[in-house]
Amino acid sequence: MRRTLLQGLLHRPLTEAAPRAEETAAVELAHALNTAAQRKLGRSLSIREIDAGSCNGCELEIHALNNAFYDLERFGLRFVASPRHADVLLVTGPVTQNMREALERTVRATPDPKWVVAVGACARDGGVFARSPACLGGVASVMPVDLVIHGCPPTPIDLLRGLLTLFAPGAAGRAQSS
Amino acid sequence: MSAWEDAGARLAAGTATLLSLWGEPARAHVALLDGAEIVHLALDCADGTFPSLGRVHPPALRLERAARDLYGLAPVGLPDARPWLDHGETPTAYPFLPVEGERLHQIPVGPVHAGIIEPGHFRFTCDGETVVRLEERLGYVHRGVEALMRGADILSAARLAGRISGDSTVAYAYGFAQAVERALGLSPPPRAVWLRALMAELERLANHLGDVGAICNDASFGLMQAHCAILRERVLRASAVAFSHRLMMDCVVPGGTACDLSAIGADALRALIAELHRRFPPLVTLYDATASLQDRTVGTGVVRPDLARRFAAGGYVGRASGRDFDARRTPGYAPYDALALTVPVLSEGDVNARVWVRIREIEASLALVDGILARLPPGPVRAEPPPGTGEGMALVEGFRGDIFVWLRVADGCIAHCHVRDPSWFQWPLLEAAIEGNIVADFPLCNKSFNCSYAGHDL
Ligand code: SF4
Repeated sequence: MRRTLLQGLLHRPLTEAAPRAEETAAVELAHALNTAAQRKLGRSLSIREIDAGSCNGCELEIHALNNAFYDLERFGLRFVASPRHADVLLVTGPVTQNMREALERTVRATPDPKWVVAVGACARDGGVFARSPACLGGVASVMPVDLVIHGCPPTPIDLLRGLLTLFAPGAAGRAQSS
Repeated sequence: MSAWEDAGARLAAGTATLLSLWGEPARAHVALLDGAEIVHLALDCADGTFPSLGRVHPPALRLERAARDLYGLAPVGLPDARPWLDHGETPTAYPFLPVEGERLHQIPVGPVHAGIIEPGHFRFTCDGETVVRLEERLGYVHRGVEALMRGADILSAARLAGRISGDSTVAYAYGFAQAVERALGLSPPPRAVWLRALMAELERLANHLGDVGAICNDASFGLMQAHCAILRERVLRASAVAFSHRLMMDCVVPGGTACDLSAIGADALRALIAELHRRFPPLVTLYDATASLQDRTVGTGVVRPDLARRFAAGGYVGRASGRDFDARRTPGYAPYDALALTVPVLSEGDVNARVWVRIREIEASLALVDGILARLPPGPVRAEPPPGTGEGMALVEGFRGDIFVWLRVADGCIAHCHVRDPSWFQWPLLEAAIEGNIVADFPLCNKSFNCSYAGHDL
C-alpha cells in the first residue's frame, strides 16, 4: 500500500480544468434563479441524487463526477445521503408511476430554498419512454424544474457545466419554494 | 403430461435450465437451456390461465408474477398472489411476508437510498445486528419497456433496447440485434461481428473496474475506489474516441454496427490496453495484500453452489459459486468461437470470490480486446435488415451475466419483445446471501452482486 500511496504523491494531478458555465448548449435554465436563494446558499451546495426511473446510464456519469478527473468537491459541490441535508435535487429518469410518490416525498423532505435539476433526456421530457403509460414523462410533469442538463446520458463535463450555472450571476431571478 | 408441464418437471429435476418465462396477450412462453440448445415453448391460453412453473421451480416465481401484472395471465397454482412490477394505486400497501419470533425488529430501506444508486426497497428483519431475513421489493423503475417495444420500428426498438439497463447498453443492443437478425435471416458483415465483441469487452472492462473499486469502497477502503475509478474513466474515454459515445450507446444495431473503428480509435484502444496492463496489476496486489480489507470480504455473503445452480445465476455471481457457465461459450456465438476465451470459476461464493472472478475477467477481457484488435477483418460494418416476418432468440453475455432476448418481427416492426436481465436470477440469491450476516455488511454484499434494478423492472 505504501508504494501505491507514494506513487500517488509523485503523479501529476489528473484533474481537468474547470469548464466555463456559460459556454454550453447542454444546459437550459428553466427560469432565472432566485438571487436571495443564491446568496443564502452561497458557493457551497449539497446535492441529493434521485433516480426516478432512469436506465442507470445517467447515474454512471453522475458517479464519474467524483473521480479524480472531474473532482466535483473542488467546486464546493458534494453529494449527500439525505434530502434533509440537500440544497439541490438532481433528478434522473422519466418519473415512473411507481417512483412518483417516493420522489414527491423526497422533495417535501428537502428544506427550502432548494433547486431541482433534471438530468438527461428522460428527466427532461421522458426521452425514449415518453409514450409509456407507466411513466409520467419528465420531472416537470410532477414539479417545477429550475435547470435541465441535456444528454443521454450527459457527459460528466456537461453535468459540471450545468451545475456551475447555479453559481453564475446571470442566473438570478425568480425563486422556487413549496 | 403436456410439453409445458414436462418442462416444469425437468426444471425441478435440474435436467434443464430456466432461461426465461414471459407472457404476451393470451399466450405464455418459456425458454430452457437443454445442453447447449435453447428450447422455446409457447402455450396458448385462450382462457387467460397457464399452469404455474414457479409452483415446482421457485426461480420462475417472480417471472410469473410479472407476466400476471403485465398481461393479466393467471398462473394456476402460483403460491404467491402478490403483484410484482405493478405497484397499483397505493404502493405502500404491499404485504411483506410475515416473520415471527421473539426479539425481532424490522428495518425498511428504500426505495430512495443513501448513495447514488437505483431505487428499490429492502425489508430487513433482524435479531440484534444479525439479519434473519431480507425481503426485496422491486419494480420502482418499471417503465413499460415491453409495451413500448410493441409496434416500434426496428431502429427505435434497438434504441430502446440499449436503454433497458444503461450499464449494459452494448450487451442489450447486441442481444437485440442478434435476435432480429435471426428472425429475418440476416447475417451481419464479419467486421461488425468482431466490432460488437470489442465493444462488449470494453463494456465489461469499464463495469468490472468500477465494481472492484466500489466494492472495496463499501468496505471503507477508498484508495482502491480512487484508482479503479481512474481506470474506468480511461476505458470510457477511449471508448468515446473509438466509437463516439462513452457508454457506446446505439453503436450496435440490427444488421451490424452504427460506426466503424478508425485507425485513431484503434490506437486509442491499444494505448488503453497498455495503460491497464501497467496500472491494474499493482491494484490487484494491493487488494490481495490488505488484510483489513480481506477481513471484510472473505466469508461474507456466501451463495451456496447448489442455490447458484438451481437459480441458474449468471455472471460473477454464478461463477463465484462454482457455476461454470458463460453464454459466449454455451450456446456461444461468433467471434468468440475463434478467440481463446478463459472463464474463471471459483467455489467459495463469498464477496471475495465475486471480486476475484471480476479481477480474472478483467485480465481475460484485456486479452480478448488485444486479440480482436489484431484480427479485425476489413470490410463494411452494416447490412440493411430486409423486410420480413419471423421470430428470433439470443443469449449474450453482458458484464453481469447472460441476457436473454426473444422477439417477433412483423413487417419491419417489433410485434413482441421480451428481454430477461441476469438480475432476475441474482436478486433472489442476494436474499439468501445476506442471511446470518450483520446489517452493516449489506452494502458490501449488495455491491458485490451489483444487480440491475432497471434491467429487472423493465
Ligand atoms: S437520459 Fe439516457 S442515459 Fe439517462 S436515464 Fe434516460 S435513457 Fe438512460
